[in-house]
Amino acid sequence: MAKHHITTTINGEEAEYLCEPQETLLDVLRDQVGLTGTKEGCSSGDCGACSVMLDGRLVCSCLVLGVEAGGKSVETIEGMADGEDLHPLQQKFLEEAALQCGFCTPGVLIAAKALLDTNNNPTETEVRYWLAGNLCRCTGYDKIIRAVMDTAADMRGA
Amino acid sequence: MRYEAPGSVDEAVKLLADANGAARILAGGTDLLVQLRAGMISPEVVVDIKNIAETEGITADGGGFCIGSTVSGAAMGEHADLCAAWPGVVEGVELIGSTQVQGRATMVGNLCNASPAADGVPALIAAGATCTIVGPKGQREVPVADIPTGPGKNSLANGEFVINVKLPARPANASDAYLRMIPRTEMDIAIVGAGVNLVLDGSGTCTEACVVLGAVGPKTITVADAAAALVGSKVDDAALAAVAAAASAAATPIDDKRGTVAYRTKVAGVLASRAATIAAERARS
Repeated sequence: MAKHHITTTINGEEAEYLCEPQETLLDVLRDQVGLTGTKEGCSSGDCGACSVMLDGRLVCSCLVLGVEAGGKSVETIEGMADGEDLHPLQQKFLEEAALQCGFCTPGVLIAAKALLDTNNNPTETEVRYWLAGNLCRCTGYDKIIRAVMDTAADMRGA
Repeated sequence: MRYEAPGSVDEAVKLLADANGAARILAGGTDLLVQLRAGMISPEVVVDIKNIAETEGITADGGGFCIGSTVSGAAMGEHADLCAAWPGVVEGVELIGSTQVQGRATMVGNLCNASPAADGVPALIAAGATCTIVGPKGQREVPVADIPTGPGKNSLANGEFVINVKLPARPANASDAYLRMIPRTEMDIAIVGAGVNLVLDGSGTCTEACVVLGAVGPKTITVADAAAALVGSKVDDAALAAVAAAASAAATPIDDKRGTVAYRTKVAGVLASRAATIAAERARS
């Protein structure tokens, strides 16, 4: 079966790749484009480790076909920092050690950024429900939630 | 497997009909990709319907709403007018999966996948919604209640797919609500769901009602006795107790580690009564 030639935008830059029809966006990002910051956890949409933004929507890239990204805009963890300048969420996660093994962290950061981009004053309950689809096998949830709340407070104060 | 993304209804119908059952429809993909990955299905062709204009957007339609079959749960939750008119329908759909899943999953996918525990379905049936089906023989409108026929099975014929769901116009003092019970606090499958849609008159007396249970049978259960208990009442304690009794009596749940028959039966009544209370409060305000 012929591969599809896909042209898309990844982290603001035009990108192209060849993919099989059944390949997921997650597979394509990691294996074709070489962006391995997006992680494969469950591959069934339960764990959120593969979270990316697709045309401004938070999605699991394991539940998107690579062909579907044609003509769309994809944002991954690699596009979150501005050069050497970390995003405030990344900085806060480091300062507060809001990660243990780090495998879930890219997905958590992408999801948390999606929340704070639309609501910089969430309640703790809102943060917990928003991030319910991001599983941390180290169970380090409390520090994650606190880091997101503290980042939001900083953003409001800035 | 081939991937096709037709730009028109006619092209999509032809692709589906030509595949003669070996095709799958892709909208949000949150069920389809999981089934593909698990090897549960191996279609010859996947037909992505998101490039078809008729499946897109939420539009006002004769006082009601027309919701395209590729509209995500997140997009429904962001539509202020839809949320104001049909809060129960929207809250049901918003319970499907995580924030990530909401970014892709569609109400129509939830309907057509026909899980007995689908959170998007009971309130939609209670609302009296219809859907537009297109196929080789043309177009037809059917009540959404006629789509699921059993666990994982729907009534769509070969070559057919749903392009939209229509919610009817709302009279004054009308609202709806959906509640579910899950063993966890989030990201779980309902062991009972209850959708209630009702209309009150100027004095607060219920004039129309529909009560639909999910996850307590192979299909949703429309509880006529619960609706009858609401109609003519002020949605007071006596009526709510009758609603609960009728809902528990109608429930035919399975027994498993997630919930026993006795528990699910009891909770069906509790949730139907609470959903009726919430719908009535919304209708009054």
